[in-house]
Amino acid sequence: MSSVTSSAAAAPVRPDLRKRSAGAVADQIFALTTKGFAFLVFALLLAILASLVVGSWPALSKFGLAFVYTADWDPVGGQFGALVPIYGTLVSSLIAMLIAIPVSFGIAMFLTEMAPGWLKRPLGTAIELLAAIPSIIYGMWGLFVFTPIFSAHIQPFLIDTLGEIPYLGILFQGPPMGIGMLTAGVILAIMVIPFITAVMRDVFELVPTVLKESAYGLGSTTWEVVWKVVLPYTKAGVVGGVMLGLGRALGETMAVTFVIGNTHRLSWSLLAPGSSIASSLANEFTEAVEDIYTSSLIELGLLLFLITTIVLACAKLMLMRLSRAEGTKS
Amino acid sequence: MSQTSAIPPEEIRLGVRGLNFYYGKFHAIKSVTMDVRKNHVTAFIGPSGCGKSTLLRTFNRLHELYPENRTTGQILLDGEDILDRKVDATALRSRIGMVFQKPTPFPMSIYDNVAFGVRLYEKLTQRDMDERVEWALTNAALWNEVKDKLHQNGNGLSGGQQQRLCIARCIAIKPEVILMDEPCSALDPISTARIEELVHEMKKDYTVVIVTHNMQQAARVSDYTAYMYLGELIEFGQTDKIFTKPAQKATEDYITGKFG
Repeated sequence: MSSVTSSAAAAPVRPDLRKRSAGAVADQIFALTTKGFAFLVFALLLAILASLVVGSWPALSKFGLAFVYTADWDPVGGQFGALVPIYGTLVSSLIAMLIAIPVSFGIAMFLTEMAPGWLKRPLGTAIELLAAIPSIIYGMWGLFVFTPIFSAHIQPFLIDTLGEIPYLGILFQGPPMGIGMLTAGVILAIMVIPFITAVMRDVFELVPTVLKESAYGLGSTTWEVVWKVVLPYTKAGVVGGVMLGLGRALGETMAVTFVIGNTHRLSWSLLAPGSSIASSLANEFTEAVEDIYTSSLIELGLLLFLITTIVLACAKLMLMRLSRAEGTKS
Repeated sequence: MSQTSAIPPEEIRLGVRGLNFYYGKFHAIKSVTMDVRKNHVTAFIGPSGCGKSTLLRTFNRLHELYPENRTTGQILLDGEDILDRKVDATALRSRIGMVFQKPTPFPMSIYDNVAFGVRLYEKLTQRDMDERVEWALTNAALWNEVKDKLHQNGNGLSGGQQQRLCIARCIAIKPEVILMDEPCSALDPISTARIEELVHEMKKDYTVVIVTHNMQQAARVSDYTAYMYLGELIEFGQTDKIFTKPAQKATEDYITGKFG
C-alpha cells in the first residue's frame, strides 16, 4: 500500500485504512468519559442509600418495623416512631397536589390555548419568577401573612362547615391556630404550581397545531380539544411535571418548617400542627445528642428517600397502564 | 376574471361573495367571488402563498382560532352567511368537515378516532356507534384493513391508512361539505391514488373542495378548478376547460408549467 502512495506523485494521498486517526481516539476517550459521568449517577445513588442504611442501623435494629407505625417520639426516653412525620409529609403533599394540579392545568391551558399573544410572555415570565423565589421566603411569608389569615378567617369557616360533617369532620377539628398541615399544604401548593405549570405549558406547546386544528375542525370546544386530544398526547410530560412538583413538595423543608407547627403529637385533623419528615430533620439534628436519636433521624431520611422512590415507581406504572388502555401496545 | 354563471343557483352549495382575508395587516385574499357546486369536486390550485389554503380554512372558520385573522365579505352555505358571528362555529363544523395536509390521528384507538366527532354531536348506543364507525371506515376504504384491530392506536397505521382514518373521522359526522387541504402531500403515490379514488367516490354523497399543489391531481379528481395567484382568483371554471383552453394567459402559463 505504501508503494502505491509514494510512486504516483500526482495521486491524492490516501490515508492508511488500518491506522486509527487521532480524532477516533479522542472520540473514544470522550465516549468513555461521558460513560463515566453517567455511571457516577448510579454510584452516588448507591452511596447515599448505603450511608443512610448504615447511619440508621441502630434505630433499624432497635425499633424494626414499629418505627413506621408508632407515633411516640420521645428523645428523653429514647423511644422513636415516625408515624407523625410520615403522615405529615404525605398529607401536606397530598393537599398541595390537590390544589396545585388543577390550578396548574388551568394556567397552562390558558397560556397555550386562550391567552392573547401580548399576555403570554409576561405571564410565562411571572410564573418562572415565582419558581425562582427561595423557599425560606415562602416560609416567612406563610408564617407572617398567611397564618393570621388562616387562623382568623379560613380555619374557623372550615371548622363550622366541613367540621360538622360526620366522618369527614374529623379532618377539620381543633382550635384555629393558623399553623398546621392545611397551611403547609397550601404553601406547598403555591410553591409547586410554577413547576408543574411550566412543564405542562412546555409540553402543551409541543402538540402539533394541525392536530389541535383537526379537533377544532370536527367542532370540538377548547375544553374538548385540551381534555381529549392535548392531554392524552402529552400525558407522559404532564405526569412528569406532576411528579417533579410532588417530589419538591415531599422534600420541601424550610417553608414547611415555618408553618406546620413542628409537634410530634398525632392528630388526624388537618388544622392541627404536625410535622413532616423534612421539617423534623431540620429542627432536630442540632439537638440530637444520643446515638439512637441521630440514628432515628437518619432513618427518617431513609424513609423520605423510599417514599419518593415509591412515588416515582407508581408514576411509571401509571404511565404504562395508561398507554396500554389507549392501545399503544399493539 | 371569468365568472361562474354556468352553475345553476339551486346547485350552489357554497357561495363566496366578495371575500377578503387579512392576516394582521397582510391582505391574503382579495375580493374573491365564486361558487362551489353540490356533489361535485372543486379544486383550488396556484403557487405557494396564493391563498388557496387560507380560502379553504375560512369555509369552516378555522381562521377564527387566531385573533389576528380578519375577514370581510360573505360565505353562503345553502344561502346562509356562515361568517356571521351569530352562526355557531361548532354547528358549522358538523356540516363542513376538514381533512388536513398531514394525517392527524388523535392519540387514541382507531375506533375512538372515528367516534370522536360523532360523540360531540350525537348520543348513540354502543350498537349504533359500532355501526357508524364501520360505515365511516367502509366509506373511507379502510374497514377491511383495520376491522381486526379497531382498538389499537391510530398512530400504528401507515401514512396512507392514517389519512383515510382522518377521512373516516370526517365523514362519520355526516357533513355536507368536505374540505381537503393538500390531503396527499405527505403520502406515497399508491396511497395518493387510493385517496384520489376515494375523492371520486365521495362526491356522490358530499361536496368536496380540495386544495392541491399537484395539477395532475386537480385534473384527475376535480370537476371545477379555481386558479389563484397572490390572493386573487384569476380564473374559475370547469376543469376540462381550465386545463384545455384557459381564458387567461396567466392560468395557461401556470398550467403549462411556465411558472409556479
